Amino acid sequence: MAKQPSKTTAPGKQSKTKAKAASASAVAAPSDDPDFMLNSLQAEFEEQKRFNATPEQMLKFYEQMLLIRRFEEKAGQLYGLGLIGGFCHLYIGQEAVAIGLQSALDNDRDSVITGYRDHGHMLAYGIDPKVIMAELTGREAGISKGKGGSMHMFSTEHKFYGGHGIVGAQVALGGGLALAHKYNEDGGLCLAYFGDGAANQGQVYETFNMASLWNLPIVFVVEDNQYAMGTSTARSSAETRFYRRGTSFRIPGMEVNGMDVLEVRAAAEVAFKHVRDGKGPVLMELNTYRYRGHSMSDPAKYRTREEVQEQRDTHDPIERLKKTLIEGGKSEDDLKTVDKGIREVVAEAADFAETSPEPEASELYTDVLVEEY
Amino acid sequence: MGIELKMPALSPTMEQGTLAKWLKAEGDTIEPGDIIAEIETDKATMEFEAIDEGVLSKIMIAEGTEDVAVGTVIAMMTGEGEDDGDTSAPEPALAAAAEPAAAPEPAPKPAAEKPTPAAPAHDPEIPEGTSFTSTAVREALRDGMAEEMRRDERVFVMGEEVAEYQGAYKVTQGLLDEFGPKRVIDTPITEYGFAGIGTGAAMGGLRPIVEFMTFNFAMQAIDHIINSAAKTNYMSGGQMRCPIVFRGPNGAASRVGAQHSQNYGPWYASVPGLIVIAPYDSADAKGLMKAAIRSEDPVVFLENELVYGRSFDVPDLDDHVLPIGKARIMREGSDVTIVSYSIGVGLALEAAEELAGEGIDAEVIDLRTLRPLDKQAVLASLAKTNRLIVAEEGWPTCSIASEIQAICMEEGFDDLDAPVLRVCNEDVPLPYAANLEELALINASSIVDAAKKVCYAD
Repeated sequence: MAKQPSKTTAPGKQSKTKAKAASASAVAAPSDDPDFMLNSLQAEFEEQKRFNATPEQMLKFYEQMLLIRRFEEKAGQLYGLGLIGGFCHLYIGQEAVAIGLQSALDNDRDSVITGYRDHGHMLAYGIDPKVIMAELTGREAGISKGKGGSMHMFSTEHKFYGGHGIVGAQVALGGGLALAHKYNEDGGLCLAYFGDGAANQGQVYETFNMASLWNLPIVFVVEDNQYAMGTSTARSSAETRFYRRGTSFRIPGMEVNGMDVLEVRAAAEVAFKHVRDGKGPVLMELNTYRYRGHSMSDPAKYRTREEVQEQRDTHDPIERLKKTLIEGGKSEDDLKTVDKGIREVVAEAADFAETSPEPEASELYTDVLVEEY
Repeated sequence: MGIELKMPALSPTMEQGTLAKWLKAEGDTIEPGDIIAEIETDKATMEFEAIDEGVLSKIMIAEGTEDVAVGTVIAMMTGEGEDDGDTSAPEPALAAAAEPAAAPEPAPKPAAEKPTPAAPAHDPEIPEGTSFTSTAVREALRDGMAEEMRRDERVFVMGEEVAEYQGAYKVTQGLLDEFGPKRVIDTPITEYGFAGIGTGAAMGGLRPIVEFMTFNFAMQAIDHIINSAAKTNYMSGGQMRCPIVFRGPNGAASRVGAQHSQNYGPWYASVPGLIVIAPYDSADAKGLMKAAIRSEDPVVFLENELVYGRSFDVPDLDDHVLPIGKARIMREGSDVTIVSYSIGVGLALEAAEELAGEGIDAEVIDLRTLRPLDKQAVLASLAKTNRLIVAEEGWPTCSIASEIQAICMEEGFDDLDAPVLRVCNEDVPLPYAANLEELALINASSIVDAAKKVCYAD
């Protein structure tokens, strides 16, 4: 997965005739900007690559990542027991992405949308693990009343808009959420996650075009976990440096180590500021790795055990932060206490999800339409 | 002998137009490429360009003349070297009618040839004593949108050519001027993308109206209509709504071939979580458009290009909103029921007139909404007439007609005196050739035949 170091590209070339034609239009098109630089934000990010977190913030990140890790491990167990059905995509290994990015949001106004690997993004909000786990087991107390399942979870209260099962669909929908932010002038931005697999869907580029053309407040995040189901990025993508994929639309790109929560957070600060300043969308590539298969039913034969072990041993985001915490004066015992507390929370969530009732049969017919006709 | 300049057809559906302005006078020299005249269709003003070189010898149709049929000789030119005083030009008057054989393409039927159906039965939703204004369907749709945009700041329109171009079919004409570019948004040609953006905006609290230039292009976007818009409320346990209207022309237009001629009514009507509306006349177009925009649910609003230019009465009411899911009796009758929707309603009314001449009293039901379907209206009419046929401009297989048949079998069996018949298009992709296209499409006489068959009168 080693990639060539990023190079600074020259300012976008532009023919004078084109610039002239564009300036005739009432709205300034992105192509009017002769100074577009793919790496304009990367340079800023490189100056301060790790977020200068307070000890409290760091501990919080640690707890949140660990909660996702333990929650997902438990979900894997429950799947094995037959308590969770269908498709179930675990986030183990990718925790730093959701926590690093979402910790930088303004939750009063910003929105988030993602694909079907969505448990971690919900936990990052502090949503009660019980209602998430109960959704996985298809119970009435689940956040979607048991009618959505693992892939289709939402919390409009938190401005979390799912949880979408069709690869890439959330990108265009995220463009719409960003349009609503701009339309309502609420100052919010939309954080739209998608995978390296979704990055090859056509609608992603349709959305890039309109988001840039209309200067929408949106941060596109490619969670590059190296495999689109069983196909490695090298086998599926002509351009595996996904941050460059917005170049044709004059969207600046950022390449970020998604296995380091402090680096992710530092990158988020730069990207979000750019968007909030009304400068249009940003495309972030977060390099990460999933330890488990694509879904629970994926035996992951397309990679070696050694490859996975190497990632776990040398890049694990939780271990990395643990090391930083210990260097900063935390003791192993302190962190063990944290882990113990999280295990309890997750065990309670699992008990709740196992024991709470399934939806009433009458729920079959509710929520098809909002109104009666 | 001079060159005849004929009224041009400027769109696939144009049958006549207004000769708005002559830009050349008699005696002027004409070069190829010169603009000779301006022609107004119901959609746009177009320039009429010269192909030949010569002198404009005689203007046959004065400027300002309305309803000039396509193919009518509007002026004469003398060619190069000819005497511009040439008087051998044929006496023109209405040349189009005088020389039908010379027309290379079959002359489109002038509107006047169609039998004018009797005024439809009064819509019980409209208060007695209401006055009416004759309005084209495209204007009624626009008025409905404009009224809702005035009423609710969250409502906006997006789509290809909806703003500066004033709508590919002029349905959004004038909206940009009144509401500005924030609320009337031109999109690139990118259906999947903008359908997704519209859907996301609805999820984010806005009330988008997404125009597809035609529903044929919405196949690129159908994933968002079905997977994103229709299912999210259910999948979220009622948390996440999607109040959006997807609208545009649906069904066959005229001579545009298989890829541009399809009725998607049955496709969308099969999807739980969607509302599907397909109005016929102007009053319903307006009243149901307003209801669609106000609905908390995602609506697929199927219009018809061939009906856009037809005018019907619209009630002069401040707020004409019709209920979704209610069919309408367009013509009362006692012998046989003809159920239809959209453009099929016009054909059904035409057929009913013809049947009346043969002593068969047909009732015509306009479904108006395809989902939820007004089963009770269909079954009540069946109970009255005991015979029912469905007229649908679309394929017969897995159609709305099939659905009505199933409903009649399951819930109206005891009322049936004859099998329910489907009168649909032929089960083939729509051909281009004029004669084949005509053979493929539903028409009034096939409805008449089916009605007679179920009345055992054939």
